[in-house]
Amino acid sequence: MNLHKLSLRLRPAVTQKFRCLSIQSSGQELEAVAAETPSVEPNLLSVFRTSEQDPTCHSETHSGQYYTLPPTHIQKLFPHGLPPRFQMQVRTFNEGCVMVRPAALELISYLKKADYSKPPLRYILYGETGSGKSLSLCHTLHYCYTQGWLILHVPDAHLWVKNCKEMLPSTYNPSRFDQPVQATQWLKSFKITNEHFLSKIKTTRRYVWTKRESTEEGRPLGELVDQGVNRMKSSSDVVGAVLRELRLQAGAATEGEEVFKLAVAVDGVNALWGNTTLKKEDRTMCEPEELTLIHNLRKMMKTDWRGGAILTALSQTGSLFKPRSAYLPSELLGEDGFDQMEPFVPVCVSGYNEKEFESCYLYYLDRNWLQHPHSRSEEGKKELIFLSNRNPSILERLCAFL
Amino acid sequence: MAASSSRCVRLILWKYGSCGKNFCLSRSRTTSQLPVRQICVSSSLWKKNLAAAGPQKFTQEFIDKQVEEFEIGKRHLANMMGEDPETFTQEDVDRSIAYLFPSGLFEKHARPVMKHPEQIFPKQKAVQWDAEGRPFHFLFYTGKQSYYSLMHDVYDKMLVVEKHQDKMRNKGLFMADTKQISLSGSRWLLKEEMEEILVENISDQDYLRFIQLAERLLSMPYCSLEEEFILKFRKPLEVQSRNQEIPVLQHDARGVAFSVADGRRKSAKARITLIDSGSGNITINGTNYLRYFPVLQDREQLMFPLHFVGLLGRFDIEGSVEGSGRSSQAGAVRLAISRALLSFVSEGEVEKMRQAGLLTADPRIKERKKPGQEKARKKFTWKKR
Repeated sequence: MNLHKLSLRLRPAVTQKFRCLSIQSSGQELEAVAAETPSVEPNLLSVFRTSEQDPTCHSETHSGQYYTLPPTHIQKLFPHGLPPRFQMQVRTFNEGCVMVRPAALELISYLKKADYSKPPLRYILYGETGSGKSLSLCHTLHYCYTQGWLILHVPDAHLWVKNCKEMLPSTYNPSRFDQPVQATQWLKSFKITNEHFLSKIKTTRRYVWTKRESTEEGRPLGELVDQGVNRMKSSSDVVGAVLRELRLQAGAATEGEEVFKLAVAVDGVNALWGNTTLKKEDRTMCEPEELTLIHNLRKMMKTDWRGGAILTALSQTGSLFKPRSAYLPSELLGEDGFDQMEPFVPVCVSGYNEKEFESCYLYYLDRNWLQHPHSRSEEGKKELIFLSNRNPSILERLCAFL
Repeated sequence: MAASSSRCVRLILWKYGSCGKNFCLSRSRTTSQLPVRQICVSSSLWKKNLAAAGPQKFTQEFIDKQVEEFEIGKRHLANMMGEDPETFTQEDVDRSIAYLFPSGLFEKHARPVMKHPEQIFPKQKAVQWDAEGRPFHFLFYTGKQSYYSLMHDVYDKMLVVEKHQDKMRNKGLFMADTKQISLSGSRWLLKEEMEEILVENISDQDYLRFIQLAERLLSMPYCSLEEEFILKFRKPLEVQSRNQEIPVLQHDARGVAFSVADGRRKSAKARITLIDSGSGNITINGTNYLRYFPVLQDREQLMFPLHFVGLLGRFDIEGSVEGSGRSSQAGAVRLAISRALLSFVSEGEVEKMRQAGLLTADPRIKERKKPGQEKARKKFTWKKR
């Protein structure tokens, strides 16, 4: 904690110098800086933390270092978006530090170079279980947020295909099923994340919910969202309507408003084309097609709109009826999903390399997370490397009880 | 007189009465007015009391005859197997018997055996007294003559050593720090082994007294005079690690050293190649060990041999394992890794590994289910009535 506050105080003086320092910087440069600042902190700071808080400026020089997510951003951008274990870590450490990794840097560089007047590109983050796909996605989303994009974040699509207590037949289309609880929750998060957009975007069409309720054309999007939040019965249809509006209006400049870019981020995208564990009333298995939320989300995955990007990550842990060893897109998406998602840009996320492992280890030491005295020694570090094989989530679970 | 004696006999016979032979006492009418009773006597009276007789005694002639028969039988066996009778050793005999009488019995001692009679018939004491009943040994009436005579012998040796000490002192050449008998690498004989030598039973206290006396002898200076006598009662311990088979260190085309070893646990079999100058990658059955052993406990088992020797990040391991369950497969791989490590490690380390239990194959196997029980140990529900 003290280190963090010190870094905040030091940042204006030190940032310029640190921006040009690379990891392979010689001791002389560090000593020159150290003359001005206390000697211990810069060495540690430069090894596993970076003072560069803006994801736009992250580059390979920062690879392997932790940057802090500002608390306000965490509250707004990720009300329920962060992976659960990472959320627990944020609460424990009182700060949300994300490691800058090559996969996220690659994604951000693609986003920077993409042409937004053309249909959106689909990016799929894939990799072994626990290698950091969800967090890389969150890092990229943070970049989009700082750039002022409209964020459409589905934290885990698997939550929509399993463990739903309430399922109602849809009012709009009788063959489909609604999930009011999940839809309302998602709308609430959406509202928190994109508050400043809600008043600017207007509806293009009249939506009728029931005999007495309807939303007129030209009303702000916020009203639509409120409608969905207040009336749970029609929330799934509201979600569909919101997605449609955003699809139509992203990248298309209407009079009096500036162009906004849309980031569609879905974690666990293989849920859209997998199996469900939900049952219909006649006890047969429900297809994902028959769920309103999934149906609308699939429409978003198509590239018939422009002015944004589709960022997705695969997930085996939440997937249904998929073998544990499957991690490639073709295995997890299935034939149908692969055909629909093609063409896409695959981004591979692998485990920590030596430098990243080193900085993760130093971070845990700094946060006093590794309590066991043996873990501070060299042999302890070798044991950690062996037992976790440099897999981020396994390492995290291992260190949790040390 | 006759009447009373007959009554006594009848009484005695009636006392030991039960089933068995029936006895009818027929009496003349004149002598008795007593009724005639049927008296039963148990047949156990007529059998010898076998337990009281003690272990079966073999005479020396009997043993000699057995030895003769064994030698002749050995020559016959050699002829049967087509080998030279002159150079037919005991190992050849065992081999031939195992070939001629194949047995599937698990208990090795229950299989057919042809050994020298000295190993088969238990050692017995010859008759300890002469034709008139006088015992040969002066300590016969102590009951444990061999033991006490041994104690006397040891004390005699102590007296000899003391006499030598006095002689040296008289000459003025007495030195307290003379050559001591080296006791490392050997141990005292156990009580069972002593009993075998003395051919009589001794109690625990007797054994302890003997050890104390021997150690007292060893603590005296100049005890090296009687070294030969004392070493008869010490058994050399062999260094276990010399029995260890170390796999051969091979080199592949690029000159990198590697070794191959097997390991087994329950019914899991593992075959491991340990490659030097690697970076700690482990591949099992084609997949990464993190994927193959998701449980932390299994990975800890893999880590144990490398961590013990301190060479964690040095080797690459590639292997295959099959059979049994996850824990046994981990144990099999661990044993295989330890064995493969032997060729990269010094002898002192080998001994340490052996003492740590890394090189011992775990002999535990699933226990057999017994009839009358649910499982190996679980019994059926006990009903009081």
